[in-house]
Amino acid sequence: MTGAGTAAVAAVERVATRLEAERDHLTELDSAIGDADHGGNMARGWRAAADAAADVEDPDAATVVKTTGKTVMAEVGGAAGPLYGGSLVFASAELDEGLTPESAVAFAETYLEKVQDRGDASVGDATMVDALVPAVHTFKKSIETDELPPVEALAKAVEAARRGVDFTVPIRASKGRASYLGWRSVGHQDPGATSTLFILEALLEVAQEHGDVTVADADATSPTIPDEDV
Amino acid sequence: MKKLINDPDDVVEEMLDGMVQTYPDRLRRLEDTQVVVRADGTPDGKVGIATGGGSGHEPTHAGYIGDGMLDGAAAGDVFSSPTADEFEALLDACDAGEGVLAVIKNYEGDVMNFETAIDLVEMEGVDVETVVVDDDVAVEDSLYTSGRRGVCGTILVHKAVGAKAAEGASLAEVQRVGQKVVDNVGTMGVALTSCVTPEKGEPTFDLGEDEIELGIGIHGEPGVENADMMAADDITDELTEAVLDDLDVEAGQEVLTIVNGMGGTPQMELFVVNRRLQELLGDRGIETYDAWVGDYMTSLDMEGCSITVCVVDDELTELFDAPADTPALSVQ
Repeated sequence: MTGAGTAAVAAVERVATRLEAERDHLTELDSAIGDADHGGNMARGWRAAADAAADVEDPDAATVVKTTGKTVMAEVGGAAGPLYGGSLVFASAELDEGLTPESAVAFAETYLEKVQDRGDASVGDATMVDALVPAVHTFKKSIETDELPPVEALAKAVEAARRGVDFTVPIRASKGRASYLGWRSVGHQDPGATSTLFILEALLEVAQEHGDVTVADADATSPTIPDEDV
Repeated sequence: MKKLINDPDDVVEEMLDGMVQTYPDRLRRLEDTQVVVRADGTPDGKVGIATGGGSGHEPTHAGYIGDGMLDGAAAGDVFSSPTADEFEALLDACDAGEGVLAVIKNYEGDVMNFETAIDLVEMEGVDVETVVVDDDVAVEDSLYTSGRRGVCGTILVHKAVGAKAAEGASLAEVQRVGQKVVDNVGTMGVALTSCVTPEKGEPTFDLGEDEIELGIGIHGEPGVENADMMAADDITDELTEAVLDDLDVEAGQEVLTIVNGMGGTPQMELFVVNRRLQELLGDRGIETYDAWVGDYMTSLDMEGCSITVCVVDDELTELFDAPADTPALSVQ
C-alpha cells in the first residue's frame, strides 16, 4: 500500500529537487529586492529536509511533515526558517489522526495562519502570503463546497497560487526584506511567493502520480499530499 | 585584510570554544549547539533570562552570562540570527521552573526565530515572556528590520531584568522592568570605517577617508546620513541631540549614559566622546546618575561608537546598581 507517509516522503524529495533546480532563478529574484540568499538557503534547507524525511522509519504523514519542518527551520535560518519550517511543525499536528481531505484543509489553514502571524503579513504586501492565501482558500473551497477530489482541488490551488505570484509583480512590498525598497520594489516578482508556488507545484506532481490511489481510496491513507501544501 | 581567523566557516565555533575555555567556572556550552549557558545552570526558583542573536557583537551576548544578568545566550553566525531550534534549546536550558524572559533585539530574523522557538517550548509547558528591544533612534526601517533596530540599550535591559530576576521576582515583574527600560532608552551610532566580516574579508560598505556614516546599526548596514568627518565634539553633539530629542529628556531628569565602542575604536577616543557628552548633558540641566564607557556591543572591527541614554527613576537605578558578576560586566 502506498501510505500517505511514503507519499509525503516522495513529496519532500520532489520539493527539494525542484528548489535545487530553481536555485539560481530564486537567487536572481532575491538579488533584485533582497540579499540574494533565498535560492541557496531554500535549496540547502529542503535538501537536508528530504534526507531527514527519507530516514523516518515507518513514515506517517504527520511525522514526515514535522521532521521536514524541523529540518527546514534549523537549516534555512533567517526569516524563511521559521516561516517555511516552523509553520510546518505546528501544522503537522493537524495530520496526527491521518491524512484525509478534511485534515489536509485543516493543515493548510493552520500553516497559513502561522505564516501570517509570524510574518505579520496580509494579501497585497508582496510576500509568500500572496501565493498562499489564494491557494489555501481555493483548496478549502474546492474540497468543502465544490466537493472536488483532493488532487483536483490541489491543482486549482496551484493555479490560484500562480495568479498570486503574478500579483506580486506590480505591487509595492510592505512586509519582508523587499519592503525596505519602498516604491522601488514595484515591478519585481516576490521570491517568497515564487518559492511557495514551486513547492506547491512539486506537491501537485507527486499527488497526480499517486492520483489513482487517491480517488479510489479517499480515506485516512489517501495520499492527497496537499498536506505539505506549502 | 589580516585577521586572526583560521577558516571563516569555523570562526563562531572556535570563538565559543575559546570563550568557554576562558571561563570554565562560569560558562558551559550546550552540546551540539551554539548556545552558552551558566556553568551551574539557572538557580532554582529564579526566572531564567535568555537572549541571543548574530555573532560579531562580542562581548554581546554570552559575555553577559552570570549572576545578576543572563542565564544563557544563543550565538548565530556572524550577523545572522540563531535558528529557531537553537533558541528552543536555549529556552529549555534556561528554565528552572519559574519561566524564562526572552530579550530579543528587533531584527526580523531574531524575532521570528525566537517566537517560533517560544511557541515550541510553550507546547512543552515552559512559560516565556518577551521584551523586544528597539532603542536605535536613527532609522525606522533598515536592511535588517521593520521598525527600529535593537542595539546597545539591550545591555541595560539585560542588567535590569537580570537584577529583578535575582531578587526572586515573578516572570511578569521581570518582563515589566525590561519593558520599562525599553520605553526609556535611546541609542544612536556613528561609523568612521566599515566592519570587515570574516565571510567577505573586505569592508561591507565604502566610506571615504574624510567621510563618516551617522545612524549606523551594528552590522555595517547603511546609516541615515553620510557626512564629512567632523571633530569628536561635533559628532558627539549630533548623536546626543538625536537621542535626547527622541526621548524628550527634560532638565532635571536623571540618566544613565553609555559611550559604546564599535570594536575598532581605542578607549582614548571613547573617553573624549564621554567628556563632551557629559558637558552637553550638564548644559541642558540633565543629571547623569552613571556613565559607562567601553565596548559593550560591537560590530566586529568597525571604528566608531554609539551613545545610549536611559532615563532612570529610583526603581531603575536600584536595578542598575544591583550586583552583577559576568565576564564582561561586573557591578559590586
